[in-house]
Amino acid sequence: MGTAASTTTASDVKLRVEHVGMVFDRDGKSVSVLEDINLDVRDGEFICLVGPSGCGKSTLLNVMGGFLSPTSGSVTIDREVVRGPDPRRILVFQERGVFPWLTVEGNIGFGLSKLSATERNERIAHYVQMVRLHGFEHSYPSDLSGGMKQRLQVARALAVNPDILYLDEPFGALDSITRLIMREELLRIWQTERRTIIFVTHDIDEAVQLADRVVVLSSRPAKIQDVLTIDIPQPRNISSARYLEHRDDLLKKIGLAYTV
Amino acid sequence: MILSRNVESPRERRSLRRRLHLWARESAKAIVPEHKSTELGKTNRWRASSLLVRLRPVAFIAVLLVVWQIAVNRHPEQLLPGPWGVVLGIGDLLRHGLLVKYVVASLFRVTWGFLLAAVIAIPLGLTIGWYRRAEMALNPLVQIFRPISPLAWIPIAILWYGVGDLAAIFLIFVGCFFPLLLTAMSAVHNVAPVYVNVGRNFGLSTPDFIYRVLYPAVAPQLITGSRITLGIAWLVVVAAEMIAVNSGLGFLIIDARNAGNRYDLVIAGMVVIGAIGFLLDLAMRSLERVKSFRWGYSEN
Repeated sequence: MGTAASTTTASDVKLRVEHVGMVFDRDGKSVSVLEDINLDVRDGEFICLVGPSGCGKSTLLNVMGGFLSPTSGSVTIDREVVRGPDPRRILVFQERGVFPWLTVEGNIGFGLSKLSATERNERIAHYVQMVRLHGFEHSYPSDLSGGMKQRLQVARALAVNPDILYLDEPFGALDSITRLIMREELLRIWQTERRTIIFVTHDIDEAVQLADRVVVLSSRPAKIQDVLTIDIPQPRNISSARYLEHRDDLLKKIGLAYTV
Repeated sequence: MILSRNVESPRERRSLRRRLHLWARESAKAIVPEHKSTELGKTNRWRASSLLVRLRPVAFIAVLLVVWQIAVNRHPEQLLPGPWGVVLGIGDLLRHGLLVKYVVASLFRVTWGFLLAAVIAIPLGLTIGWYRRAEMALNPLVQIFRPISPLAWIPIAILWYGVGDLAAIFLIFVGCFFPLLLTAMSAVHNVAPVYVNVGRNFGLSTPDFIYRVLYPAVAPQLITGSRITLGIAWLVVVAAEMIAVNSGLGFLIIDARNAGNRYDLVIAGMVVIGAIGFLLDLAMRSLERVKSFRWGYSEN
């Protein structure tokens, strides 16, 4: 059932990862981080990448985002090979992603310099509302909480109208209550905006709660160990039997990843 | 056993602190009899104490001046003037129109030397810092030039520019160039990679990237570096003026000594140099409070 992923037809594939391998050179030794990764992502799909820490989840995300070029294989988006970062796909970082020298408004408007002033202001106002930062338009990030900073980063990303959002453990540095709230917010935004989302996390609950499909990576060198489809409609009841079943299933897979 | 000791140690510490506190209160009572503590009395006392804290440095300077005056009065055979003599000296300089003239001359040289160095060294340092290979090639050279005191350049300055403003400006330029270059190089290194990646992600052109990401990211460090460097410039100008020109505060000091041992004017010159240096630093420090720079001076 996990391999149902590969049956998607070629037409609605948004992002395709083909035979991607990544070898880093560290102190003269070559370290293989990614090995033969293959993945098709549909338009508007919410994918979570999970795996043991240090396995190469972030590396894979950076390859998809064009920040790193793979040693072998390729990433294509809309049948176009990814050759570098592009405003059509924005990466949201775990920490320090917002510019501390710009206000909330300045950060959201960062990628909008080509728009006219009125358009830009409308866009900023829209996303300030969406991530619930009204009243803080003129605040600097140093006056915001960790959760607000991450919402700001998401708003700045969405403001440039990207096809794909890459999120690299965006809530990893937040406390657990804020993290729950942020998940809810992200789902709400995803349901209104319907972008393709690739979300890296090491949190099993986060993955089962958010994803259409969860991609389980093995420890280094990372290979795709399994792909789980979570076919529970949103909003998900996190104490329902089906939710717990998926959760246990995923835990088992991760457990295997640790023991192999 | 270990556990119980662990439990007790903070309590012990607390009781020690309480004892110290009580002791301090008792001894305070012994010195200042306690008034009835009304709310009004409390705020008044608080205001008085904060004023006292602020007056403390002034009071300290006043005490030193008094000690100085007394010491000079007891040894009238010394050439060194007392503080009052210095005040009279400053008055003398003002009356002859020399003080303003010399201050302007010194500031003029510092401004040009510093600005020339900043305009050349900062972009150069940012570029070198950005390209690892450029840095590897140039860093040894920079490190060799850096420990050479700007004063060692005096003969060459005079050889190239003769006695005059240009020589002094050149010396200040040399004194400021290397600190600013190194500041800019290390500022680039310290830019968080996240900012660079975000800039790339949003598809900025190179000029846009420099103006909207690199410059704001390095600005706080450049300001701190400039502040220190301006202090160096102010040190160098005095030395340069003693040798390479015949105006300015450095010249005043050496001239006052040579022309009849006017040590009141020597110290007057020193006092003015100190005061202006302090004001320059204050002005630079006020830049650190600008909102879009302030993030660089605190955690997060």
